[in-house]
Amino acid sequence: MSDIRDAQFVAKATDGTVVRRPLSPHLGIYRWEITMVSSILNRITGIALSVGSLVLVWWLLAAAAGPQSFALVQEFLISPLGLLVMLGWTAALFFHLFAGIRHLAWDVGIGFAKPGLNPVSWLVLAATAVATILVWAVTYARLEG
Amino acid sequence: MAEKITVMRSQLGRARGLGSAKAGAEHWGVTRISATALVPLSLWFVWSALGLLGAPQPAVAAWAGHPLNAALLLALIFLTFHHAQAGLQVVYEDYIKGTSRAAAILGTKAVALLLGLMSSLAVLKLFLAAH
Repeated sequence: MSDIRDAQFVAKATDGTVVRRPLSPHLGIYRWEITMVSSILNRITGIALSVGSLVLVWWLLAAAAGPQSFALVQEFLISPLGLLVMLGWTAALFFHLFAGIRHLAWDVGIGFAKPGLNPVSWLVLAATAVATILVWAVTYARLEG
Repeated sequence: MAEKITVMRSQLGRARGLGSAKAGAEHWGVTRISATALVPLSLWFVWSALGLLGAPQPAVAAWAGHPLNAALLLALIFLTFHHAQAGLQVVYEDYIKGTSRAAAILGTKAVALLLGLMSSLAVLKLFLAAH
């Protein structure tokens, strides 16, 4: 027993032998639903944004350090890798933002009705896509134009 | 001696220290408050960043030197790192057992604090340089 909660799994079978109770089936056996996807995506995007905050830190520190350092950040941001990072960064930000608003609604008791769960999950994903595309359309127009 | 049972929980269960630490509600509440504040702050930052696309350092410095922008940046930095470490703590509590859990939580808090302070100093420098 590595964890005292394991004690809850020890039981006796009808013939008196000590057995370890089986665990209920976990993630592997369930069909993926959009609600599960949006739930785990909120956590994944939260972790990604925590790491992605380093870009913000770098950007601010470089701006404070002077034109040379700042030019270095900008060079990275418009490089293929930089653009990929920022594409993921904006998509993660918008998903976490919209899913977060949904969480705040849940916290005040709104949005628990079963019929709305799947449509609102899709709505969060759609809003993320629209906002991300909008931001990158503006980016493209400004940098190319 | 037959004591009247008022708590439906074994004394062993209580002594083992599982269950509420009586401090979770504040963590939960603060996460929600920072989340609420970060909704407008994030949108403001994305909007501002779009306006600064491709701008050279002096333009960014002038933007961050504006009192309102500097204040909003400081608020964004504080709430972002506070929210991040609070959120990551929940993730650790779900997946990490034992002493490494505390190490991960404290380590993350330390990193978030340092990154937040460094970014704040950068904003303060830009603000003070502009005034």
